[in-house]
Amino acid sequence: MANENENIKIVENATCTFCGCVCDDMELHVDLNEKRITKAKNACVLGRAWFAEHTIEDAPAAMIDGEEVSVDEAIEEAAQTLVNAKFPITYGLSDTTCEAQRQAVAISDYIKGNIDTTTSVCHGPSGLAFQGVGESTSTLGEVKNRADLVIYWGGNPAESHPRHFGRYAVTPKGMFTPNGKKDRTVVLVDVRKTKSAPVADIFIKPIPGKDFEVLWALRALVKGSKLSSNIEEETGVPLETLSDLAERMKNCRFGVLFFGMGLTMTRGRHFNSGALLALATDLNEYTHFVAKPVRGHGNVTGADNVVSWQTGYPFGVNFSRGYPRFNPGEFTTVDTLSNGDADAALIIASDPGSNFPKKAIEHLKNIPVITLDTKNTDTTKLSHVAFRTATYGINTTGTVYRMDDVPITLRSAFDSPFPDDETILTSIKKRVHELVLAKHYAGGASGEAKVAAINPL
Amino acid sequence: MSASMRIVNGKVYDPANNVDGEIKEICIENGKVVDSVSDEASIVDAQGMVVMPGGIDIHCHIAGPKVNAARKLQPEDHRHDVHPGTPFTRSGSGGTTPSTFATGYRYATLGYTTAMEAAVTPIGARHTLEEFHDTPIIDKGFYVLLGNNIFLQNLIREKRMEEFDQAVAWWVSSTKAYTVKLVNPGGDEPWKGKRNSNVSDIDEKTDEDLSPRQIIEAFIKTVNKQGYPHPPHIHCNNLGHSGNYRTTLETMKTAGDMRAHIAHIQFHSYGGELGKNPISKAAEIAEYVNSHPNITCDVGQVMFGKSTIMTADAPLAYVLKGHSKGKWVNVDTECESGCGILPFTYQEHIYMHTLQWAIGLELFLLSEDPWRIILSTDHPNGGSFMAYPKLIKLLMDEKFRHEEMKRVNQKALLKCSLPELKREYTLNEIAIITRAGPAKALGLKSKGHLGTGADADITIYDVMDDKEMMFSAPRYVIKSGHMIIENHEFKTDFTGKLLHITPEYDKKIEEIVQPFFENYYSIEFSNYAVDDRYLHDHEIIQTGINKV
Amino acid sequence: MTDKMMLIPGRSSKQGTSLNKGKLKDEYKEVTSTLEMNKDDMDKRGLVDGDKVRMWNEIGETIVSCIGKKPEDLSTGLLFIPYGPPSSQLMASDTAGTGMPLSKHMMVEIEKVK
Repeated sequence: MANENENIKIVENATCTFCGCVCDDMELHVDLNEKRITKAKNACVLGRAWFAEHTIEDAPAAMIDGEEVSVDEAIEEAAQTLVNAKFPITYGLSDTTCEAQRQAVAISDYIKGNIDTTTSVCHGPSGLAFQGVGESTSTLGEVKNRADLVIYWGGNPAESHPRHFGRYAVTPKGMFTPNGKKDRTVVLVDVRKTKSAPVADIFIKPIPGKDFEVLWALRALVKGSKLSSNIEEETGVPLETLSDLAERMKNCRFGVLFFGMGLTMTRGRHFNSGALLALATDLNEYTHFVAKPVRGHGNVTGADNVVSWQTGYPFGVNFSRGYPRFNPGEFTTVDTLSNGDADAALIIASDPGSNFPKKAIEHLKNIPVITLDTKNTDTTKLSHVAFRTATYGINTTGTVYRMDDVPITLRSAFDSPFPDDETILTSIKKRVHELVLAKHYAGGASGEAKVAAINPL
Repeated sequence: MSASMRIVNGKVYDPANNVDGEIKEICIENGKVVDSVSDEASIVDAQGMVVMPGGIDIHCHIAGPKVNAARKLQPEDHRHDVHPGTPFTRSGSGGTTPSTFATGYRYATLGYTTAMEAAVTPIGARHTLEEFHDTPIIDKGFYVLLGNNIFLQNLIREKRMEEFDQAVAWWVSSTKAYTVKLVNPGGDEPWKGKRNSNVSDIDEKTDEDLSPRQIIEAFIKTVNKQGYPHPPHIHCNNLGHSGNYRTTLETMKTAGDMRAHIAHIQFHSYGGELGKNPISKAAEIAEYVNSHPNITCDVGQVMFGKSTIMTADAPLAYVLKGHSKGKWVNVDTECESGCGILPFTYQEHIYMHTLQWAIGLELFLLSEDPWRIILSTDHPNGGSFMAYPKLIKLLMDEKFRHEEMKRVNQKALLKCSLPELKREYTLNEIAIITRAGPAKALGLKSKGHLGTGADADITIYDVMDDKEMMFSAPRYVIKSGHMIIENHEFKTDFTGKLLHITPEYDKKIEEIVQPFFENYYSIEFSNYAVDDRYLHDHEIIQTGINKV
Repeated sequence: MTDKMMLIPGRSSKQGTSLNKGKLKDEYKEVTSTLEMNKDDMDKRGLVDGDKVRMWNEIGETIVSCIGKKPEDLSTGLLFIPYGPPSSQLMASDTAGTGMPLSKHMMVEIEKVK
C-alpha cells in the first residue's frame, strides 16, 4: 500500500464512524509525518470533516481538576471515585468501540452502578416501541437490492446521514432494482421542507406534533377503514394524499419506512415510533414491508447491542441490587442527573454537559465527573478526572455496529500518543474489581489469593 | 492455572469407554484427563455421587443477532428471573433469553460445559463471536446459515459444483463456523421477494429451476466430501405444518448414505392434512432414523410454559404470529437469510402443544440408538435449556410421565403412542443423549467421555431419586480442569473457548465471490471475513478425517 | 409581540462539520446560535437577517441571531436551530418516564435584543 511519497500511507476500505451509516469504503490518505489524514476518498461532507479534524492535539493525556497527571494516577483516582460513590452513573458510549463498551458495562456491574447510553436521548423511545410491538426490519443491503418504495419520516438524511440516499436506499442499483432511483418511489414526511426534500417524489408536511395521528390514519386506511373528513384539519395532510400513500404502501413489492428523531423527540415519543412500527407490521399482510430507525452516532447501535447482551436490556440499566434492572425514566441519564440521584459520573465519548437539559447540566457540575474524550468539550471542562483518548476508527481498530446491526471491524490509519478508550476502561475495571473484592474480603489474606486465582473475562 | 485433581469413589458413567456406573478414579492434569497424578493432587471425594463428562448441547440459540434482538424485545422475560453476580462472577438476567453471562453460568449450573449456537448469518458471525467472548465457562461454536445464500444458490443453479465446494469452504472458514446450517432451504426468496410467500414442497421449483432438494443435496455432498467433523445441520422445509413428516423423510432420503443431522426433528414429525390438526408420525420418523446410521438428529422437545420463537425460518414465525397475535420481529439479512422472533407460550390444554410435547417424548422413547437421537429443546424455541432436568425426569421416570399426562390435552394423547410407552431411560442412556452422543455427532473427539486425553470437563451429581432435582444442581462442575462449582457454589470464573473448523479452499474463489459482493452487499468484500482477533481462546477441530 | 412559537432543534451539515473541529471553537458556537425563522414572521417583528433575539420559556433563556427562511420551507410559527448549548437552555428535564426529554417542538417566546 506504499505510495510514491514515503510518508503517505493509503488505507483502503477504512470505515467512517461519524454517523450511523458507518460507510466502510473510505480510502484514506495518511500523512504519517504530520499524523493526519489529508484525503478521505468516498467520504461525505461530514466524513471529510471527521477525518480531517481528528489530528493529534497537544494536550495532556490525563488531568485531575485541570492539572496534568500521569494516566496511572488518573486511573487510580477514577476507580476510587467510582467505588466510593453511592449512585455512580456511566453514560455515553455511542462514539467508541464495542470492545470499550464491554469494559464499561463490566465497571458498572462491579460497582453496582447505573449504565445508560446516548440511545436514551436519541432512539430510546424507538427501543421502547420495539419492546411493545416488535419490528419488521432488514439490513441496508436488502433495501438497496429490493426496495421500490422508500419513505423517510421525521428525518433529514441529506444533512445528518448524507450518504444514506446514495449508498443504501435511493440511488444505488441492486439485484431487483437494476435502474436505481428509477425503480423506486421516494416519499419524505417532515414538518419542515428540508434539504432532503429534493430527493423525494412526494413530500408530505404534517402539522408539527401530529405524526401519531397521521400514522394512525394510515393504519386505518391500510386496513380499509374510513376516515372522517376532518383529517386534514387535524393533521395538515389531505385525505387524498393519505389514501394515495396507503395504496402505494400496500401495492409496492418491498417497502421501507426510515424514521428519525422527528418522531422520538416530540410529543408522543415512543407512541410515535410504535405507530410507525405497527404500520410496517400491518403492511406485511399485503406485501413485504420493513422499518428502520436511522441511528445517529457511529456506534450507538453497538452500545444497544453490548448493553443488551450483557444485561438483557438496551439502555437505562441499574445494578444497585447486584443484578440489572431496567427502568427508563428512572435509570436513564437525564433522569438520574436532573433528579439529583447520581453522585459520580463516568462519561465516555459524549457531551451531556452541552446537549442535556439545563437542570441535568447543573447537577453534573456538582458531582465528580470522569470523562474519556478525544477533544475538549463542555463536559471535559467540568470534569474531575479527564482522559484524552485516541479516536476510534482513526487511531484504533475495534468493532462498530451500523444502524442495521451489521458489525464492521475498524482499520487504524495512524497511531495516537493517547491510549484508547478500551485500554483506559480495562485498567479502571481491573482496579475497581480489586477494590470491590478487597471490600468483600476486608482484611483477609485469602482474599488476595482468591483475587489472583480469577481468570479475568 | 489448572491444578491436578483426583476424583475418587464416584460412580462413573462414561458410555464412550463402556463404563456404566463403575466406581472409578478420574485423574486430571493441565485441563485433561490423565492416567495418574502425583500424590499432591487435590482429592475430590465423590462418595455417593455420579460422575459424568460435562453436558453438550448440540442445538441451541444463545448468541448473535437474533438472540440479542429477542433479549431487547422482552424486558418482561428477564425481570422476574434475575441473575445476581458474585464476587467471582458477573450479574445478568434470565428468562428464556438470558444475557450472555447468565447463559454461561446457567449451563454450568446444570453440568453442561459445551453448547453450539445453531443459526448465525455469515454477516452476523462477528457479533456472535463477540457475545461468545462474554459467555463464560462453556466452550461454544456456531453453525453458519448458508441454505438461502443467493450466491451459492446461483452456483447450484448453474451446476458450477467445483466452485460451490470452494465457496462453501470459504464461507465456513471466513466466519469461524463449526458447520453449515440449512434452514427452510429455498424459502427466503419467496418470503422477501414474493410478498411473504413460502415453499411448500421439497421438490417445488422456487425459481428458475431450483428446488429445496437440490440445495440440500449439494450441501450434504460437499460437506461429506470435505469431511467436516459435523455434517450439514438441517432445519427441514415445512416446519410445524401438518403432514410435514413426508418432507422430513424425503430430506433424509436425499442424504442417501451420507451423513446428515436433522435439527429439532420433533417439529418435523407431524401427520395429518395441511391446515388441520396434526397427528403423530413419531414412529415413522424414529424408524427411519433407527435404521439409517448416517443420520443423527436432536429432538427439539417442547416443554410447557414460556418460550421464545427465534428462527431463520421467517415465514414460520409469521404463521405463529397469527396465533400469538402479539409482538413480532422480522429481520431480512441481505443475500443470506431471513429471521423471525416472537414470544410464545406452550399450554397444556391446547391440542397442538400437547401433541408436540408427546411427539418429542415418543421420539426419545422409540429411539433404538440413543447415540443418534440427542436431547435438545431447540432452546429457547421449544423451551429453555433450564428445562433439561425436567425433561430428563420425564424420560427416566414413567410414573412421573403419567402424572404429567393427566394435565395435558387428552384428545392429543389419543393421536400418539405416548401413553403406551413404558420405557425408562437409564443413567447410562442419559449420559449418551446429553454427552457421548452429541460429542460423537459433532466429531468432538476429546469431549463427551472421560478416557485419557479427554478434556477435563466433568460434572458430579449427588444421587437422588428425583432426577429433576439431581440434574438441576451438580455438586461439582469442572471445566478444562478448573473447579468452577464446588459444593454448589461458584469458585472462579472462566471464559471457555471457541470451537471452529478451517476447511481448505482455493484462494481463487474469492475472485469469483467478490464481484457479486460488490454489486449486492452493502459492506465491502475485504471487511466481510472475520479476522483472528475475534477468536479469543479457540480450538480448530480437524476437517477431513471423515472424508467419503 | 409575545405570542409563542415552536422551536425545533435538529442537525445540520454545518453543525456536523464544525463539531468535528471542536465544540468549544467559535464556528460551532456560531452555528448553534443561529436561529432559522419564517421570513414573514421576521418581517412582522421587524427583524432582519443577523439581528439578535432573546428566546425564552419557563425553563430558561438564550440569545441567538436569526436568519430568514422562505415560508414554503419553514411554516409560520416555526423556528429551527442546530441543537447545542443554546437550545439546551430551553429544554425541560421531564422525560415522562421514557428517558427522553422533549427536545423538539418547545414552545418559546422571542423578542429583538435592542
